[in-house]
Amino acid sequence: MSVTTHTPSPALPPPSRLMAGGPLGWVKANLLNGVFNSMITLLLAYLLVRYTISFVDWAFLNAIWQVPNDRFGRADTSSCRDIKGIGACWAVITEKHRFILFGTYPYEEHWRPAIVCVLFIALYIVSAMRRFWRKELVLVWAVTLTAIGLLMWGGVFGLSYVPQERWGGLPITLILATFGLAFAFPLAIMVALGRRSRLPAIKALCVVYVELIRGVPLISLLFMASVMFPLFLPEGLNIDKLLRAQVAIILFAGAYLAEVVRAGLQSLPKGQYEAAEALGLSYWQKTGFIILPQALRLVIPPLVNTFIGFFKDTSLVLIIGIFDLLTAAKTAIIEPQWQGFAVEVYVTVGLIYFIFCFAMSKYSAGLEAELNKHRKR
Amino acid sequence: MSDTAIDPRYAAKPPKRPLRLSWSDERFRGIVWQVLVLAVVATIFWWLWSNTVHNLEVRRIASGWGFLSREAGLPIAESLIPYDPTNTYLRALAVGLTNTLKVAIIGIILATLLGTLLGVLRLSPNWLVSKLVGGYVEVVRDLPLLLQLLFWYAMLQGLPGPRQAINPATGVFLSNRGLKLPWFEWLPAHSWALLVCVIGIVATLIWRRAALARQMADGQPRKVWPVALLLCVGAPLVVWATQGAPFTPDIPFLRGFNFQGGLTVSPEFFALLTGLTLYTAGFICEIVRAGIQAVHQGQWEAAGALGLPRGQVMRLVVLPQALRVIIPPMTSQFLNLTKNSSLAVAIGYQDIVSIANTTLNQTGQAIEGIAAIMVVYLSISLSISLFMNWYNARIALVER
Amino acid sequence: MNTMSSSGKRGFSVRRLVLGAMGAGLLALTAPAARAQAPAAAPAPAPAPAAGGGSNMIETIRNRGTLICGVSTGLAGFSAPDSQGRWSGFDVDYCRAVAIAIFGTDQNRVRFVATTPQARFTALQSGELDMLARNTTWTLSRDTSLGLDFPATSFYDGQGFMVKRSLGVTSARQLDGATICVQPGTTTEQNLSDWARSNRVTIRPVVIERQEDNVAAYIAGRCDAYTTDASGLAGVRSTQQNPNDHIILPEIISKEPLGPLVRHGDQRFADLVRWVHFGLLAAEEFGITAANVEQAATADQRPEVGRMLGRGGDLGQMLGVDNRWLVNVVKILGNYGEVFSRNLTPLGLQRGPNALWTTPGGLQYAPPFR
Repeated sequence: MSVTTHTPSPALPPPSRLMAGGPLGWVKANLLNGVFNSMITLLLAYLLVRYTISFVDWAFLNAIWQVPNDRFGRADTSSCRDIKGIGACWAVITEKHRFILFGTYPYEEHWRPAIVCVLFIALYIVSAMRRFWRKELVLVWAVTLTAIGLLMWGGVFGLSYVPQERWGGLPITLILATFGLAFAFPLAIMVALGRRSRLPAIKALCVVYVELIRGVPLISLLFMASVMFPLFLPEGLNIDKLLRAQVAIILFAGAYLAEVVRAGLQSLPKGQYEAAEALGLSYWQKTGFIILPQALRLVIPPLVNTFIGFFKDTSLVLIIGIFDLLTAAKTAIIEPQWQGFAVEVYVTVGLIYFIFCFAMSKYSAGLEAELNKHRKR
Repeated sequence: MSDTAIDPRYAAKPPKRPLRLSWSDERFRGIVWQVLVLAVVATIFWWLWSNTVHNLEVRRIASGWGFLSREAGLPIAESLIPYDPTNTYLRALAVGLTNTLKVAIIGIILATLLGTLLGVLRLSPNWLVSKLVGGYVEVVRDLPLLLQLLFWYAMLQGLPGPRQAINPATGVFLSNRGLKLPWFEWLPAHSWALLVCVIGIVATLIWRRAALARQMADGQPRKVWPVALLLCVGAPLVVWATQGAPFTPDIPFLRGFNFQGGLTVSPEFFALLTGLTLYTAGFICEIVRAGIQAVHQGQWEAAGALGLPRGQVMRLVVLPQALRVIIPPMTSQFLNLTKNSSLAVAIGYQDIVSIANTTLNQTGQAIEGIAAIMVVYLSISLSISLFMNWYNARIALVER
Repeated sequence: MNTMSSSGKRGFSVRRLVLGAMGAGLLALTAPAARAQAPAAAPAPAPAPAAGGGSNMIETIRNRGTLICGVSTGLAGFSAPDSQGRWSGFDVDYCRAVAIAIFGTDQNRVRFVATTPQARFTALQSGELDMLARNTTWTLSRDTSLGLDFPATSFYDGQGFMVKRSLGVTSARQLDGATICVQPGTTTEQNLSDWARSNRVTIRPVVIERQEDNVAAYIAGRCDAYTTDASGLAGVRSTQQNPNDHIILPEIISKEPLGPLVRHGDQRFADLVRWVHFGLLAAEEFGITAANVEQAATADQRPEVGRMLGRGGDLGQMLGVDNRWLVNVVKILGNYGEVFSRNLTPLGLQRGPNALWTTPGGLQYAPPFR
């Protein structure tokens, strides 16, 4: 594939449609080719423009961003109620944004969960850069997650102690998803290796675990965490609710990630295993130095996709009453004067979820293309 | 690629070698490891189990399945089988199961149809269509399903009330009480006709296969549709007519608070179905697109060169090949849809999770309630896997 | 391709076996529980002290430094976080009152844990919570079969119906054929079906998990009527833009005595919770408010007030707390009437049966402080 072997051939592909005749030519080729196609295009364009206009009207032009307080110091939302259906009441977000983002965390200490969110995002960005894909990354994760735990809990370095049940909002969503991944990942590797093991008992154990978890919905595991785990533990030993949900999510994520990792292990050519054995490496040396580094690299794109799934699925903790982003948003509109502004709150929360998931899915698609390019070469 | 291919050394190893009780013996090490792991797992489970038994005792929580035969007393809004609150918990759970199956089956069918359509449209030469579908897929896949369900449910509640219902055709009403459709009184004659119709469809399929086999032999194409019409429509009609052709239309009408009669699609069911269908269709769309793109361009060109029109190329050449790539990921989407239907609990559709949840709340028997949910989902997952596996094997045969 | 499909097939068949076995296993797993339980159920007249309880809850709480109190995930007036994330409400004040009685003046020595209807009893049984103040109806089966105690009835409620005025309904009997929104897994749901059966009224239920979603469904017109405790109905009605568009039907179809719960095992803690409630009542009865409690504690000449507020006698010591416990509670939270009017009056709730026994129709009665 070196440059010298390439000779310009006369049978070049036709110039791309974009180039054919300027923007007009492009429109003609891609939007208005044929009667039927043109009709479809025009119809869709009409609908698109119409709904965009009414959305802009609702979301921006007719929207209310702030409401005054009444004589009791409570927000007076009657102006919002008057424009219901015509314009959005973003005042609910203005009033409640800190509750939606940070839940019942002490108000004066909100800077702590805010830093935690920044740390999480920084962690994602660093992990996404290929030049940091080294062993030290594990250390970076360990340090960051510890720092996050310290910030949230406090009790050291002059930070006041904040018990777990006061945590809420976006940090909870990020914690459940990220800690879930961080702890499920080693578990998943062990299970994936176990499932490919030649030891029948270990293999059976791993198959049972993976299939049991994958056969039932996450909700049933969360119910289990919320009402059954307390029965499993000896008297006097209590694990708090968030941790129980976290354990359920780790077990759940472990089973799905194990299948992703297994696919990576299976896609390695046999020669890699044979070569490692020929060197006389033990099972753990072979796995640790030869197999896993290659297999894990292959599975990063599906891994990111699985992570997007968990990120969205953490919203299910709503059903067991943990204050994640979605629950906090729903709780924000319980206060009498703010009841009935669900759509505004859903749109805002949806936007937050979308930004995270969209960024990750674009990243995973780009990475997949890049890795495939690498493999083709 | 296969599991057994990992380690050829063991395949080649002479089978009978005495087991040495030494750490350097691979088999001995294997046995020790397994015993160790099993012992650890068993200990953990025994520990959890003994804690549970002790806790149940101390907290005086009843256990066992005795509650199943007790009166449930919980009202259920929609049910495919007869139910009222005086029935037992067992029956209530059965209602939940049928409700889960109902939404899962209809959801799978609709999501497959919509997803396939979107997948094809995603590859449309029309730039606007393709981009719109792309945008749709991106949005539904990047938002939590729970949020989408809540959103759809809130949207459906924005419909007008029953007295101002939208009435697009006679007997069809759309309101915030759901969709009302005209129906007719279901009698045994209709069940018989339906049975004959199903037999007719099976017979048609057999006939089609035979016709194709003969076409292979003599090159003569044979028409299938007259036979299909006869078997699937004619025969049931005859059966229905011989039973006296009963037909009592059941047109919904407004009386008191609500519509009476007719067929109801409740807003809860509708919101759940819409949410599940749109969400899963987003994933199926991408699977179908990838499947079609995986078929080599040469296949299109070759089929085109044979003079087949584009529709037939798609149906006869490309899709059968694409299916092989599509089926395995599709199976997991079907499983996901079924499991996701458990989110019904958040929007008031009474599926198995919702009813088991109420049951465990009323009886306090958490273990049994959750076990019931798990058993149901495990068996549904198993059935879908079995069916799709059978279908996959059938398609794989065509490959040869 | 070939090897892959064949391995896929093998994988599937293993999976089939495993799934089947697991299903059977799960069923089998729960069976022994019945057997293990059978002998235990009959005796055990006095269950052992439950988890985390030890023999002295008050001491445990004092050593920990906080009271852990279970509240609902959000119910306006009873327990809901405000824009700054602080819990407030009637139930929340009961948690605070118990904490103040134990710790003296510091009212922040209480941690609130939001619990769902499903998890509330488990959480209390397992020792995750010290007490539960979560609109829980006192029933015989809950009192006996859960290993829990209801020390007091802090709020007398009853289930009612709310409909839109435009519907023209004036009595619940006219609701035949109506669609009714109800929260599942509560006594409300069972009361509704009991009532429908005994009055030969057919209803179409819509059961939605979260309370605020139920209200939204009723307001949107998904249901003709909404049923829950009358206090809840009043709360919902008062927060509507035009409360007069909604009417609460006169029929009250059930008794709903709501109150805090504690675990079996430490009667002293149950006593404390009970007497905190009585203390709030007695304070109202004797006209002691947040404003005048300090003065009353030193100057009031009525002997019972003196005993209550710790001037004479050792009533606090008997409860295991400081003798000035009630002074502290009332100084910060006010008496029962003040707690009520701060949290529930803004929702449009009347005192009704929750008035003191000295008022006609009032049921709230405190035994003598002696």
